Amino acid sequence: MKYLTEYRDPEVAARYLEEIKKTVTRPWTIMEVCGGQTHSLVKNGILNMLPPEINMVHGPGCPVCVTPLNLIDKAVYLAEEKNVILCSFGDMLRVPGSEKSLLEAKAGGADIRILYSPLEAVNIAAQNPDRQVVFFAVGFETTAPANALSVVHAHRQNLDNYSILASHVLVPPAIEALVSDETCSIDGFLAAGHVCTIMGMAEYGPLVDHYQVPIVVTGFEPVDILQGILMTVKQLERGEARLENQYSRMVRPEGNPSAMEVIHDVFEVTDRMWRGMTVIPSSGYQVKAKYQRYDAQKKFSVNIAEAPENETCIAGEIMKGNKKPFECPNFGTTCKPENPLGAPMVSSEGACAAYYHFSDMINQLQKESA
Amino acid sequence: MTDKTLSVAEKKVKMQLNCPMPKLDFDVITLGHGSGGLLTNKLLDSGVFDILANDWLNKRHDGAMLQLKGPVAFTTDSFVVSPVFFPGGNIGDLAVNGTINDLAMCGAIPEYLSLSFILEEGLSMQAFWDILVSIKFACAQAGVHVVTGDTKVVEKGKGDHIFINTSGIGTLHPKADIDIQRVKPGDKIIVSGEVATHGIAIMSVREGLDFETTIATDSCNLNHLVKELLDSFGEAIHLLKDPTRGGVATTLNEVARDSKTGIELRHRDIPVDPQVHGACEMLGLDPLYVANEGIFLAIVAEEAAEKVLEKIRSLEYGQKAAIIGEVVAEHPRQVILTSQIGGKRVVNMLVGEQLPRIC
Repeated sequence: MKYLTEYRDPEVAARYLEEIKKTVTRPWTIMEVCGGQTHSLVKNGILNMLPPEINMVHGPGCPVCVTPLNLIDKAVYLAEEKNVILCSFGDMLRVPGSEKSLLEAKAGGADIRILYSPLEAVNIAAQNPDRQVVFFAVGFETTAPANALSVVHAHRQNLDNYSILASHVLVPPAIEALVSDETCSIDGFLAAGHVCTIMGMAEYGPLVDHYQVPIVVTGFEPVDILQGILMTVKQLERGEARLENQYSRMVRPEGNPSAMEVIHDVFEVTDRMWRGMTVIPSSGYQVKAKYQRYDAQKKFSVNIAEAPENETCIAGEIMKGNKKPFECPNFGTTCKPENPLGAPMVSSEGACAAYYHFSDMINQLQKESA
Repeated sequence: MTDKTLSVAEKKVKMQLNCPMPKLDFDVITLGHGSGGLLTNKLLDSGVFDILANDWLNKRHDGAMLQLKGPVAFTTDSFVVSPVFFPGGNIGDLAVNGTINDLAMCGAIPEYLSLSFILEEGLSMQAFWDILVSIKFACAQAGVHVVTGDTKVVEKGKGDHIFINTSGIGTLHPKADIDIQRVKPGDKIIVSGEVATHGIAIMSVREGLDFETTIATDSCNLNHLVKELLDSFGEAIHLLKDPTRGGVATTLNEVARDSKTGIELRHRDIPVDPQVHGACEMLGLDPLYVANEGIFLAIVAEEAAEKVLEKIRSLEYGQKAAIIGEVVAEHPRQVILTSQIGGKRVVNMLVGEQLPRIC
């Protein structure tokens, strides 16, 4: 398939691997920020192919994983108590809330629908004027334009029954939070290619300069990731810290102006709680006051008490890159995809689920315990 | 044009044209049609079920009395697919083919089926008729008879248009020796056609997901193909499985678990239709976990594998067959896939439903 096959070519991949091996002279810790990259790393077996000097740690770029527990509880509440049609991207459904997941709420009779596009939710609202329709608008900068556009469309159609439960998070503040932490051991970052497709690269230059850390905007196919790793390693070995763009077939330095325009029309930057981590300043989007009739939190005055996270889950340490999933005592034992204790075990982009599904760590664990 | 030169799809259209719905004084199924009383008999007498007529069914007895020779295989399956009509088929042919293929996977020659409907009040008679025609066609293709059946009607909202249960019985092929215990290191794994086609065809018409494509289900009866394989290779066929729900990944995990062997797969050898592949990429789904209907997995003795493959490829529904991996003694109970770029990863069973990723 054009534009895919080329980036999964075993010979090209082997060449990049060989060059990485030739270039690397000492250990480096590199974080791939995006869950899509984590998924690709493990799905393609890249982790086991890299030389031992390269330590890949998996960043917080999985929207499912960082959506606060409280917001899931709010989504469940809206679906169950307010009789709304709750529309969501698929992999949010299995994320455990404090009492139940959306999937369990659906099994209990709540009207919860899996969609690929928020614009479909606007159509559902138009077709069901007697029902309230809420779209669970999670994601990074990547999904923000479509979610914002759904609000614009609803506004144009003057729909009174459409709103979004927004929980958007932003990548650059998260990288800054990680790299400014004293305990941070990350030498270089693979930035999320699709986020930069929307937002461009301007926000990353100051991070590179201030923290003297290489950032390489990287795609998602195996060859992309190997090339991104090679570019990072070359910089590290030379003692450089630059912003580079591996994903130039998609990412323009200035981003996508039309997408940014609709984002800025609907959303404004706010502080945001990252599940498993902390509140990161200016790291999320909320619906602007002029569109507040489409903001489900305001529309339904949802007030749900903050529930405590599972104390034994080390999701935060994993998303900060301080620990690997198999270093968690619950991994593969009490915490499995069919019974996740924390969100990274839910989405296949979450580091724990990615390791569980695709890596043989689980079997090594089982062997050790046998 | 003779029937022999027609494609399966063309034969199906021909049968549909040759089977117009009888004139009825009701347009929709009502609760009374499942009461067992007057309306049920009216439905039975209306000509609707004449389409499936045969000596056993015509007796309208409580059950069918059958003569079978030798050991038999017996299976049952329920069909609740949504939507009921999808590109290339409907719940009717699926219900026949599904059970026939389960029998074929036992190494049996399917002969007789039971057919039970649970209809939702309000189902249009035309839809029901179209499903019946598909059932008739699928039975004719496979050479089986529906010999007993049942019809119940549930209130509106308590079903999803129509549910079907079929059970099937068939005599074992004299050369068949299908047994999970016969799976052993060295055996080759053959898939009889392209994976993930049926699941993507269904998904392409699901509410909220509909996308423009010409992908149609590959649902078909595999019994003739399997019979020819058993005629030619008999004992060399160690195991047959149809990778329906949970896909190839889940089925092979079951095989590894139950045979206590390891399985190795090569991603580059697994056949996937380019359109289906594109849809999977777009939807964020892994073809290995998508449901199949018209293919089977054969685990065969190493020395016979190439000849078995050649045979499958020469037969209807088998042209795209491929050897996708082998059984190994290492890593028992585990399926390991070599990725396109040569990396290795574990392939686990599907957990719950395959849910699309956010981005």
